[in-house]
Amino acid sequence: MIEIKNLTKIYTASGQKIVALDKVSLTVNKGEIFGIIGLSGAGKSTLVRCINMLEKPTAGSIMVNGQEITALKKDELRAVRQKIGMIFQHFNLLSSRTVFDNIMFPLEIAKVPRKDAVRRTRELLELVGLADKADVYPAQLSGGQKQRVGIARALANNPKLLLSDEATSALDPQTTRSILQLIRDINRQFNLTVLLITHDMNVIKEVCDRVAVIDDSRIVEVGDVMSVFTAPASPTARSFVNSVLNREVPTELLHRSSAVNGQVHTRLVRVAFIGSSAGEPIISSLIRKFNVDANILYGNIDRIKDTPFGNLTLELIGQPRALQEALAYLQNRGLEIEVLNDV
Amino acid sequence: MSDGWLLGRLLVATWETIYMVATSTFFSYLFGLPLGVILVVTARGHIMENSVVNRVLGWIINATRSIPFIIFLILIIPITRLLVGTYIGTVASIVPLTLAAIPFVARLVETSLKEIDWGLIEAALSMGANSWTIITKVLLPEAKPSLLLGVAITTISLVGYSAMAGIVGGGGLGTLAYYYGYQRYENTIMWATVIVLIIIVQGVQLLGEKLAQKASKNRG
Repeated sequence: MIEIKNLTKIYTASGQKIVALDKVSLTVNKGEIFGIIGLSGAGKSTLVRCINMLEKPTAGSIMVNGQEITALKKDELRAVRQKIGMIFQHFNLLSSRTVFDNIMFPLEIAKVPRKDAVRRTRELLELVGLADKADVYPAQLSGGQKQRVGIARALANNPKLLLSDEATSALDPQTTRSILQLIRDINRQFNLTVLLITHDMNVIKEVCDRVAVIDDSRIVEVGDVMSVFTAPASPTARSFVNSVLNREVPTELLHRSSAVNGQVHTRLVRVAFIGSSAGEPIISSLIRKFNVDANILYGNIDRIKDTPFGNLTLELIGQPRALQEALAYLQNRGLEIEVLNDV
Repeated sequence: MSDGWLLGRLLVATWETIYMVATSTFFSYLFGLPLGVILVVTARGHIMENSVVNRVLGWIINATRSIPFIIFLILIIPITRLLVGTYIGTVASIVPLTLAAIPFVARLVETSLKEIDWGLIEAALSMGANSWTIITKVLLPEAKPSLLLGVAITTISLVGYSAMAGIVGGGGLGTLAYYYGYQRYENTIMWATVIVLIIIVQGVQLLGEKLAQKASKNRG
């Protein structure tokens, strides 16, 4: 759906060159919800704006639906933009227009005949659950309702792609969840490809299929949300994952385990359970099969999109050989294992 | 001089002032509004960025605005003559009033349009809107309350300028106050014109605020 190659954006401000994007390459598949996460200033806002050319790239190529969009003429670009919906952090609704007329605006731009435009607008109001707010002005709506109007407006011309620029960042957690739910629904219902940017790992966790981590103008990690959550490879990804999952082991615990390090050996192990394996009684079989003791230090269960996902931090105590066998056993069961205090 | 004469003279002069001010407000917006729009959209980073147009226009506007009106009035007498055949009288003063107000209006419009959140323009661009659509369906409607207040400010300024034009034979309340009130020491006439001017200015301001309020109703 989107294929970005070596995208570079350099701003020149008062003689100084600022690199906002540095040779970014990325592929977004049709029908998926793809998240880009990064801290503010990392370049994610610039990246999403390059895809509909609100920002002109300095170099590189962007293909949307097989069409190179960096080389389009003005009128061609306008036609392409009509088929790419976009929603914004601050909604950007016209205060001079009612909800109904705001949603109809892109249809006016696309010169849809008025009768069809009115019918389509009614449809969209139903879709986002705001049929009773048609004649109200944006100022009278809550943040969540405003974003629903924004989503309806973005979908007006039946786009194949939806760009979301921090669409939930100005909303409270509960409203965020309901907006994300709506994004998931429209993604499924219309097989709509969604590219969203956020600084909130919860957003990635709740709706995204794949995620790219951007740091200092570069993509540092791309992968399935599940694999990034269970085994983040880059320090940036790790700190984002830690922001929503409590994975850090208190340092006293790490010290304690090494302090008792006499005859018996201890290992701190983090085990990630994904999907069906979350139901297996692995600890009791571990203790029965090998001569080790297990001490549960921390555990939680969460959900990444639709898949249950558990996290367990264990202290295993036993002879080195037994510990090794026990770890091998866990690995063979297809569990993600991470040894925290490597000896 | 009877009271009836005074009242009649005052009514005629009031009508002349209203006529001059209304007509020149209309014409100054006819030209000043597009110029203000051009100033905004040709600015750096805006939808029709054009630094040459922007700079030249800005320079002309500043130059015209720096000439005091009373001098401007005399300076453009040839133009006034060319356009209306004379440089004395109510119709003739509409020319300098309009020409002086155009750059003023352009700057007021520019200020109003610059207040609009760039996000709204970005949203319209993302929908594939062209520049004309953005100007007519985003910039102007969104700035309507502020533009209406600008019209009130312009009208009030023109009431003041029209009195100045009156001194050089422009007609209206200015002429009345100058010839009868000042040169003939008719204090009644002086005060009567002042009171009428105050009423006009208050009325215009009130009307402007009411209209702006109505336009921004529901906007929060």
